[in-house]
This record gives sequence, C-alpha cells and structure tokens, in this order.
Amino acid sequence: MNGYPVLKGASYTLAITPDMVIHNGTTQTTEMIVNPESEYLKELPSHLRSFEDAVSYIPNQVYIGNAKPADLAATAFPFYDKKWENASRDGKYGQIMPEDEFYGLIQICDVFDLVMLEKDFAVAVKAKLAAQDLLKEDQLAVLDKNDSSEADIKALVEGEHAEPLYYDHKLVGAVKRAHDVDVNLSAHVMLENLVTKASNVLSLIELVKKAGVNPNEVDYVIDCCEEACGDMNQRGGGNFAKAAAEIAGFTHATGSDVRGFCAGPAHAMLHAAALVKAGTFKNVVVTAGGCTAKLGMNGKDHVKKGLPILEDAIAGFSVLVSADDGVNPQIRTDIIGRHTIGTGSAPQNVIGALVADPLEHAGLLMTDIDKYSPEMQNPDITKPAGAGDVPEANYKMIAALAVKKGQIARTDIANFVKDHGMTGWAPTQGHIPSGVPYIGPLREEVLAGETKRAMIIGKGSLFLGRMTNLFDGVSFVVQANDGSASAEAAGSFDEGKVKAMIGQAMREFANGLLGEE
Amino acid sequence: MDLENQKRVKDLAEKYGPENVVVLLGAAEGEAAGLAAETVTAGDPTFAGPLAGVQLGLTVYHICEDEIKAEVDPGVYDEQISMMEMVMDVDDIHNEMSSVRDEFCKYL
Repeated sequence: MNGYPVLKGASYTLAITPDMVIHNGTTQTTEMIVNPESEYLKELPSHLRSFEDAVSYIPNQVYIGNAKPADLAATAFPFYDKKWENASRDGKYGQIMPEDEFYGLIQICDVFDLVMLEKDFAVAVKAKLAAQDLLKEDQLAVLDKNDSSEADIKALVEGEHAEPLYYDHKLVGAVKRAHDVDVNLSAHVMLENLVTKASNVLSLIELVKKAGVNPNEVDYVIDCCEEACGDMNQRGGGNFAKAAAEIAGFTHATGSDVRGFCAGPAHAMLHAAALVKAGTFKNVVVTAGGCTAKLGMNGKDHVKKGLPILEDAIAGFSVLVSADDGVNPQIRTDIIGRHTIGTGSAPQNVIGALVADPLEHAGLLMTDIDKYSPEMQNPDITKPAGAGDVPEANYKMIAALAVKKGQIARTDIANFVKDHGMTGWAPTQGHIPSGVPYIGPLREEVLAGETKRAMIIGKGSLFLGRMTNLFDGVSFVVQANDGSASAEAAGSFDEGKVKAMIGQAMREFANGLLGEE
Repeated sequence: MDLENQKRVKDLAEKYGPENVVVLLGAAEGEAAGLAAETVTAGDPTFAGPLAGVQLGLTVYHICEDEIKAEVDPGVYDEQISMMEMVMDVDDIHNEMSSVRDEFCKYL
C-alpha cells in the first residue's frame, strides 16, 4: 500500500439566468418554433423567480455549501415554497451569480471578440464584478471596450445572425457568429460554449478562493461537461479544460476533455485519480460548466402545476484530486464499479456492476458504505414533471439488490434508503447532478469523522448520441484517510530495494543459464 | 410513450394484425405504465405522436403482472426482474394496467 489519491477541495457555483431560460432553453426554443402562440410561452415569464428567491431556495444553498444535505432531508417536501434563513449568494464552496454579472463574465471569457454588451450595461456590470475579489484588473478592463448602443446590438441580431442576450427582458448584448457558413461556429453554438466555459471558469476561480487551491500548483485539468467545441473539420476537437484554466490563471497546467454524458464527471474523477496514483501528476482538477439547453427543461410541467421555473440556473463544479497527504479523504482506486459492454441494461445488472460487484470484490457489504451518491437530482424539479425522485429510486434499487444478496432483510429496504441515502439538491443539468455534488459535503463529513466511507456513482444514457444503445456508468469509493501513505514513508516497504533484489536474482539466474559461473 | 416507439407499435400492428400483437411494458411506476397502456389501446393521450386518435386496442401487460411472470423462465425472471419487482409498487401498476385493459382492449 502506498497511499491513495485524495479529495483536497471542491467548489460549486450557480448563475441564475431567467432570461436565458426563455431564449436559450431547448424546451422554450422548440416551442417558439412549433407553437409560437402557445399558452405556455405566454405564462412562462410570470413563473420566473427573482435572483433573491433563487438564492434563498434551500437546494441551491446546499449546492454552494451554506446548508447541509441533512438540512434538506429535514425540510418538508416541496421545497420551492420555502426559504433558507440567512441565505447568501456567497457560499462555503462557491457562489450564486446574478445574470448581469454572468454576462460580464462571459465577455471576459471570450477571447475572439464575439461578445458585445450595451455600453451602460457593461459599466454597471463592471462595477458589480469589481466589488468582488474574483477577477483581475486586466480581466475587468475587457468590459471597457464596449461602445455599442442597444440599436447597434439590435442590428447585429436582426441582420447578422447574432444571438441576443437579455436582462430583465431588455436587450443588453449579443454573441456574434464566429464563421459565415460553419454551423459549429454559429452564434447559437458559440453562446452555448461560452456559457459552459464561463461557468467552468467561475467554479475554477471559486476553487482557488474557497478551497485554498494554489493555481500555480495544478498540473492538469479535466473538463467533463456535455458540450463539444470545434469547427466543421473537427466538431468535437475540444479542450474546454485548457480554455477555462487559462482564464482562471492555472498557468502551469495543461488539460483535456473527458466525455460520457451524465457519467462524464465520474469517468473524469477516475482519470484524475489514476494520473495521481501513477505519479504522473500531483494535482489534477476535474471541472465542468453548465448548459443553456437544459434551462427550463421541465418548464411546461412546472407552469402547468403553478410552480416557479426551478431550472433557472447554469451550474458548475470543480474538484481537486491530489497525492495522498495523510489527511484528506482517499479515493480507493482499487474499488471501482464499471458498467461493461457485456453488463446489459436491466437495472439489476447495472446496480450489480456499479455497486454490488466492486464491494464484493473488496470484501465489503453494501451496508459498509455510509452514504451513496448516485444521480442527485433535486426531486422538487423532477417529481412534478413525472420523473419521480431520482436519488430515492436509486437507493431503493441498491437496497433491493442488498436484499437479493442476503445482506439486509426485505423489511429493511425503507430504513436502508433513509440511512444510506440523501435527498437530491442538484439542478438537472445532466452531468452536474451525477454523483459529484456530494464530494464537497462528503469531504467535510469525513474530516469531521461523521462519515467513514461513501460511494460516488455516475450513470449515463449513451443512446442520446445515437451511436450505441448501451447504458454506461462507473463508480468509486471514498474513505477516511487510512494513513497508508505515511506507512510507506516510514520505510515498511521499500519498492526500490525490492526491485534491486529482483534484478540481482535475475542477473544471477541468467548468468547460470549461460554457464558463466 | 415517445414518438419513435409509437411509430414502431403502429407499424407492427399493421404488419402482423392487431389481434396478434401483445405490448409488454417495463415502466417503473403505475401512472407511467397506465399512460403507455392507454397510448397503445385508446390512442396517444398527449395527441403528439403517430397514435394520436388511433385506437389500436392492443393487448397490453406490464412485465411484473402475474399473467406475464407465469410465462417467463423463473431463473431469467429472477436474474433480470426480481430486484425491480421489490422496488416497484406492483399492485398499483396492476390496477392501472387492468383498468386500461378492461376499458380499451379489443382482443381479450
């Protein structure tokens, strides 16, 4: 044993973007095409929340670390009609940013002069961003270049295929297309990609600020969102990771993108852990921004049921995986669940491959895992849309498999769900809820001795890309630091010495074969 | 039921005759199972897909109903379905399914 990679820090951020719900969420943009006069589109604006309401929404406060998962579990369902007392946009793990500031950040993240903001709007946004310890002077100065009037921007939107940016229903900016013909560089795609980049950057900066990460010590960054950047000759060419890390000031890092739909973050965590465990890099950051397309995805059901539009946030997260420091929680790189090509798609086989098999292999029972973190979608969003309580469904399946394995009694299913499960708090942004929202709270719980062992589970629906009907998923176990790194340092096992001894023996054996002795 | 599946069901019913087709569902809860059953019997209740206004009246069951369970090799059922059977509200699903069958099935 020579230690395991550790979870050294995590950040979580939200940008509340009500105008983008209307203009960029695919549920809404599709409706505008097929049914522009629909009742839904007419009613939608009155269901959008204020920034203050979104900040005090308890699941959002859990996401940025001001409330604990247990606080949400103790809250009576539903959550949308309740507020977190002492809610703040500034969180232990990150922050909640209003839409106007986020547009400013998008422009700061744009290095091809594609974003333009109305000049007075830009001045106001600069002042708001400058009041925070978030961006450098030269970055804030990017906002000074705006000299467009609303009429200039309107002309671009109407005559040049630019994508409009609205704030409080008023046109305040636009994203221009990056190519005349190439659809991969259209204004629509550029906006989508700049949003994911900007939300990624926000999480990286918050990782530096809140988790005390030194950006100069990060060796490698892995982006795991669900977008693709490239042009018509290499549509998914990528490197969101390096693009975002550049703005965040990770000067000594390189990076790459890992994709796997909602399972992307869990795959990326395995990549990061393996790179650290192998000694290739000491500090690897796994990071992702959010997605405009999924804004208001279940809006029709929310409006029909008289709820506010709860999918009004662009989310982001970043996690630092580092070499074993003897303190932080360890990622057990030897207890890995994986859905293989031969696993099949029956839920029983999926949960078996991701949960039961790796634990069995490690000599652990399913009850030895204190907390499971599967897809942590907020049920406030999914239940009114008829998709049920996603984490709870996962916990029931894990419990049912434990019954089949004879590890718990059938009558204990409900207790297992309560004891080993959590109420979901993450926004439904595909990869965002997938296992990783718990890493921040988990790290704290483990350091406080409240949780000993947890399993992070990422699952993905690959059929969406129409390349395969296979399901996908990977999982890993996180545990309290077992001190195995310092055991090696104390000299209980000297790998170099063993190698030297084997080398000597091999040489003697070879010499014997050659008859030289 | 998604539009592609509605099209498949419609095409198969036309090709083999609606009296020769049984639709087997695997939805995780009663309401979703009931909606899918209604779609292949009385027509798409959302009026969005190829089965909107088409009353196929097909025979439809959920995999967890006793009638189907009895037809499946117990070993295979145990391996593929038994875990989900513990998770799902089988009684609720059966009630939803049988009420749709009683009202709309033409071939039972």
